[in-house]
Amino acid sequence: MSATVETQALSATTQTAGVFAGTRGQRRLLHVALHTAFVGLCLVYLLPFAWMISTSLKLDGREISMPPQWVPNPVVWENYYRALTALPMLLYLRNTLIVTVTATALGVVAASLAGYAFGRLRFPGRDLMFGACLSTLMLPGIVTMIPEFLLFKQIGWLNTFLPLIVPWALGGHALGVFLFRQHARTIPIDFDEAARVDGAGAFRIWWSIILPLSGPVLATMTILAFIHHWNDFLRPLVFLLDKDLRTLAIGLRLFRSEYLVQWNLLMAASALMLLPILALFFAAQRYFVQGIVMSGLKG
Amino acid sequence: MATTVRTAVEPAHPRRRLFSQQAIEGYVCILPWLIGFLSFVAGPMVAALVISFLDWSMLAPPEWAGLANYQRLLNDPLFYTVVYNTAFISFLSVPLQLVIALVIALGLNERLSGVNLYRTIFYLPSQMPVVASALLWLWVFNPEFGLANALLNTIGLPPLRWLFDPELSKPSVVLITLWGGIGTPLIIFLAGLQGVPASLHEAAAIDGAGAFARFRHVTLPLLSPIIFFNLIIGIIASFQAYFTLVFITTQGGPANSSMIFILYIYYKAFRDFDMSYAAALAWVLFLIVLALTAINFLLARFWVHYEGAEHS
Repeated sequence: MSATVETQALSATTQTAGVFAGTRGQRRLLHVALHTAFVGLCLVYLLPFAWMISTSLKLDGREISMPPQWVPNPVVWENYYRALTALPMLLYLRNTLIVTVTATALGVVAASLAGYAFGRLRFPGRDLMFGACLSTLMLPGIVTMIPEFLLFKQIGWLNTFLPLIVPWALGGHALGVFLFRQHARTIPIDFDEAARVDGAGAFRIWWSIILPLSGPVLATMTILAFIHHWNDFLRPLVFLLDKDLRTLAIGLRLFRSEYLVQWNLLMAASALMLLPILALFFAAQRYFVQGIVMSGLKG
Repeated sequence: MATTVRTAVEPAHPRRRLFSQQAIEGYVCILPWLIGFLSFVAGPMVAALVISFLDWSMLAPPEWAGLANYQRLLNDPLFYTVVYNTAFISFLSVPLQLVIALVIALGLNERLSGVNLYRTIFYLPSQMPVVASALLWLWVFNPEFGLANALLNTIGLPPLRWLFDPELSKPSVVLITLWGGIGTPLIIFLAGLQGVPASLHEAAAIDGAGAFARFRHVTLPLLSPIIFFNLIIGIIASFQAYFTLVFITTQGGPANSSMIFILYIYYKAFRDFDMSYAAALAWVLFLIVLALTAINFLLARFWVHYEGAEHS
């Protein structure tokens, strides 16, 4: 198996084998059976995607025919252009990018700093604070949103991107703090001591030693944060009421109410929203896997 | 990890002289996080608790109401419906996701060719923006022109109303989560299975253990901490994660049959602006999450096997 990342995460050096053992002939039979089962199951999992693409390429009115026609005739690529222009999707895209890029960049750096402090510096109350940080992972976001709404209303943050950025720029990615802390603890302390001899303070050590050594965690966390902000729905829904500030996730939903019967355009718009995530996934699959493994194997 | 390097965990020469300076530096570095935590987590939590004891409809100035909101909650028939619906969906969906992911992971772990392709396909749905996948499934489950009914039709079954049938709306939501929710546990289980040493399987096989016995007595005990951790996290996360799905597809209907806890709080707070009642509901949800975590950890003692637990 080529997924070396996973074995690394487990620091397993032993050879792995399946549950089944047996003669070579038995194993071959087993593999044929498994391939058959997996191909079938994969088709089930891919079917909705095929349905989405098929619908998105159909002529207006053809998408609502029974029995459905799988291969669109004619193939209407124009639907994708219409999906982009039917609503101010480009404006929504711009808004989404502003929020996603800013919140991701600031959020990852903030998580790294907090993770460094929790993992490498000693100060009274550190472990208590770290426990509090971890417990926010369990907290359903809606619990804090009611007072947040009232607060943002008071200080004029409603209808700005600030509620979607500032909490993360101040270390709101608790999972990121955790991952950076774990990583910071694996870096030899000699590095710090050498830097301290040269007169560097903690902040300087973080910025010029720890951060440059955190490459894989930075990549993983950037991806996790990017996807989080790109897909975020509840907070933009509550805190952005102005039409011109809508993000893609919110815009896509409006598509449904304004173009209720235009399923072909709706599916085209959905496919377009999936595209950047898909591109990111295939470009950096390793870090997706790593992020999940690091956060899920903690047991 | 190499154990020969000294790490930050245990410095060889703790420097007493530097301690106070390091403490100051620690506080400086943790300050941004602390400000964020106090302003956007701890502060709002306390504020929500206070608001839940008020009578505040946003129109009139708030008044002290004591436990009135909590009493109202106990007499609200919809509250019980909401708790039932949330439990139905989460307790069905999350364990089923884990079982499906585990079965697939066991198969993929048989050193099969094309594992990466299979893994990618099963993982892909979980990366789809929830709004997009919710709209896709709304279309799949369309009672007149949807894929689901077209498939039922080809095998000669009558069409169903899926998300629009009070009896079927919850199972339909669960079905969607089984498509979109197995990616993460699958990858975690695959990684976990790689950590099961082959020598244990071989030893068990020599002792005459069959495939199922080896799964039951070798793989499962070693995986149980991972399964357990993902069960808790999965159920708690599902309270929050299914908001978008339900909000887009059923909006809690028909006849509140898919109204889940978080959606109900959202409607109370941001549609009805019934802030203090919503705050009380939110705190009850928080307490449920706490209780669930505690219960799970207590139960874990009885069936979770932690490697090396005998030694410590």
